[in-house]
Amino acid sequence: MEIRADIFIIIIGGMIVTLLPRVLPLLVLSRITLPEWGQRWLQFIPISIMAALITQSLFMANSLDLKVWIAALIALGVAGFTRSLLGTVVVGMFVIMCLRYFY
Amino acid sequence: MSKVYLQTNAIGAKISFLQGVKDCIPTVLGYFSIGIAAGVVQKTAGFTILEITLISLLLYAGSAQFIVAGMYTAGASISAIIFTIFLVNLRHLLMSAALSSYFRHLPFWKNVLIGSQLTDESFAVASNELSNKSKVNEYWMFGLNFTAYINWCLANVVGGILGDWIPQPEKFGLDFALPAMFIGLFVLQILSRRKFSLDTLVTISSVVVAIGASYFFSDSTSVMIATIIAATIGMWIEKWR
Repeated sequence: MEIRADIFIIIIGGMIVTLLPRVLPLLVLSRITLPEWGQRWLQFIPISIMAALITQSLFMANSLDLKVWIAALIALGVAGFTRSLLGTVVVGMFVIMCLRYFY
Repeated sequence: MSKVYLQTNAIGAKISFLQGVKDCIPTVLGYFSIGIAAGVVQKTAGFTILEITLISLLLYAGSAQFIVAGMYTAGASISAIIFTIFLVNLRHLLMSAALSSYFRHLPFWKNVLIGSQLTDESFAVASNELSNKSKVNEYWMFGLNFTAYINWCLANVVGGILGDWIPQPEKFGLDFALPAMFIGLFVLQILSRRKFSLDTLVTISSVVVAIGASYFFSDSTSVMIATIIAATIGMWIEKWR
């Protein structure tokens, strides 16, 4: 059990380049007041980034996998009706597992 | 008098922290699954358990860890790997900026702590919590972040140990846990904001741009381009109608 030198450099280097974008805006923007349009723009970031991340994980990664589409639609329905995050994840995983097992 | 005040303050902080822990629970399963998958992939790429522990503790970024494993196996150079991590994690700029207005009253070190544990998941949960508030207790955020952090590192290690037995995590639907979780968080966000038609338009813009951009750019760059353009469209329409 050891840590190789090249892996160690990758981890430390990766940590630094990840830490900067994580921390700097919080530090800098909390010192200044953004104009009204800037604040409004930032309020649309959560919804936009989540939509883009879902698109990435569903369509870009496994381009045209019908099983993933079906499971995603069912997960969307479960989330809308139950408003339960845990329920959505459990049902989604169960559906994709069944689809892959039977088809 | 001041002692009583300090005490009630400490109790308030504790309650908020525990509420943050509680609000993280629904995401625990989703991230644990993907953490196991990350552990398995890293193990399969030849990482030792100690290396897996260190990377999940220090890098603490799901997609980047998958990419490191993949690139390392493919024999990429150290600088290429670090630069790719940088690009993949650049989207944190946007999330960190979006959170900043809620934590502007905090001292330096608390903002550093919140930022250093920022993930897609904690950001999404926090956005839901914040969408109806102007401020959030920082101890709530600490509770949320801390739970997510422990969960992620633990899952990576478990995945690394299981790595020899389950080389194909997707067989158990583990790879779908993350998209399913984001679908859930996304729906909750839409429902809590009550700006349904505008949000639908922003969503469609984001999806279309993300897919379009992916033909020319890497996936992570496409996510950023889509986020920036869709948020700008939302801002403009809200202003001009």
